[in-house]
Amino acid sequence: MQHTSFDLQLLNTCAAILLLLSFAMLAQRRIVTLVNLLALQGAMLFIATMLLAWRTGQNHLYVSAALTLGLKVVALPWLLHVLIRRLDVQWDSEPLLNVPGTMLVGLVTVVFSFGLAQPIAELASTATRNSLGIAVAVILLAFITMITRRKAMSQVVGFLSMENGLFFGAMSATYGMPMIVEFGVALDVLVAMLVLGVFFFQIREQFDSLDLQNLESLKEDQ
Amino acid sequence: MSTVGWLTQFLEVLAALVLAPLFLGWVNACRAWLQNRRAPSVLLPYHGIRKLFHKDAVIAESASPLFRLAPYVVFGAMVAAAAVIPSMGTGLPFRSAADAIALVGLLAIARVFMSLAAMDIGTAFGTLGARRDMMIGFLAEPALLMVIFVASLISATTALPLIAERLVVQPLALYPSLAFTAVAFTMVLLAENARIPVDNPATHLELTMIHEAMLLEYSARHLALMEWAAALKLFNYACIGFALFIPWGASIGETGISALALSIPALLAKLGVAGLWLALLETVSAKLRVFRAPEFMATAFMFAVLGLLVHLLLGA
Repeated sequence: MQHTSFDLQLLNTCAAILLLLSFAMLAQRRIVTLVNLLALQGAMLFIATMLLAWRTGQNHLYVSAALTLGLKVVALPWLLHVLIRRLDVQWDSEPLLNVPGTMLVGLVTVVFSFGLAQPIAELASTATRNSLGIAVAVILLAFITMITRRKAMSQVVGFLSMENGLFFGAMSATYGMPMIVEFGVALDVLVAMLVLGVFFFQIREQFDSLDLQNLESLKEDQ
Repeated sequence: MSTVGWLTQFLEVLAALVLAPLFLGWVNACRAWLQNRRAPSVLLPYHGIRKLFHKDAVIAESASPLFRLAPYVVFGAMVAAAAVIPSMGTGLPFRSAADAIALVGLLAIARVFMSLAAMDIGTAFGTLGARRDMMIGFLAEPALLMVIFVASLISATTALPLIAERLVVQPLALYPSLAFTAVAFTMVLLAENARIPVDNPATHLELTMIHEAMLLEYSARHLALMEWAAALKLFNYACIGFALFIPWGASIGETGISALALSIPALLAKLGVAGLWLALLETVSAKLRVFRAPEFMATAFMFAVLGLLVHLLLGA
């Protein structure tokens, strides 16, 4: 057993908790808890970025940590909570098909993404390159969350969680993206969130629910 | 083997036999305090067992010899399990007799005999309890094995005393994988010992019973042995948890008599905290419907496998 330094151990713990939170989102029925889990995932990402910035001395990572804190821990969850209250879906819970089955699919996905990330991680020279597998797993698990959900709200949460995974992947492979890209992505996510917020109201006005199954049939067929 | 080793072995089995009902009483007392009830005496399980041993046994007419045999097999399996779990010291003469996987098998033998005995009489409730217990058992066992595999991977051995030893000897480090498996193990412990999210040990409603339903036909000394075995099972699980996750305090390797003496208060302290923690978990959670139990166990399995994968990827 090789001995790793304490800050790397902390970083690994953060990565492991990120993965765990993705699984928690996969199995969570209640929308409010889902948003809280997303905020928690953002907070973990913030801690991981701060640790990495401190460890490597790369100052631009402090900026992206601040961006993560402001956007993913405070702004977006707050926005989602406001939307939930406005749409009056606080007590919404959606029936999930077969939670044990979804979990097993999730576990297989994790194995797959660990295998997928292995050769890429060997090319990277960062100390955190092993966490790349976890980043890929977080992205794919967010995909599964989006696929298995039918409510618009939880699909958006899955989308944001995917962005978290991408951010973490960039961090562990190359110590973060160039600043301009990071700002661009942050702005994109914020704008997407605002636009989707408008969409929610439109969808509900049309169909009286946020269930996206209603969007699957054409108007002429009805 | 040294005399201290044999003394440790003897003391461990004795401690398991003596402390198991006390531990159960302590958990029950903590639960009562947390629920604002007046607690029963922590010695209540002893009185229950003593009372049952003084009664005359009544056995159903349709009972086969298996029904009479089962309590002794179950009790024997639990005592044998207590002998290979390093609750006080790791220098056990019996430690080469069974590794952790054999230990899981030993626990499975007890479960199979208990279920067979419950089905033996042919009453509806006994059969129902046995079927439910087997369902939970077959879901909990893979999770328990995964937990043991993670600990085995970290310490490169499947022998429980050696796992405990290596964890103490290694430099202190953060193991996210062990943290995950600790959560999985706690869930398995709750399910296997018929504690609250899965089964209610204090229930009087036959339809919701799992463990109690299997004991409905037993009386007197057979029932006493079964209840003592249930207390031993809880004690054993707690000690497996200590060996896997918090082995500090037990005497490590071939040590003198003073380390052994020190391990007794350490074990008592750990049991005290574990009992309080268990009571707290049971108080804050509600009993699940039986059909939700697979979900609970799948979550435990997920935690354990996640621990395994995280260990393989990060080496931590």
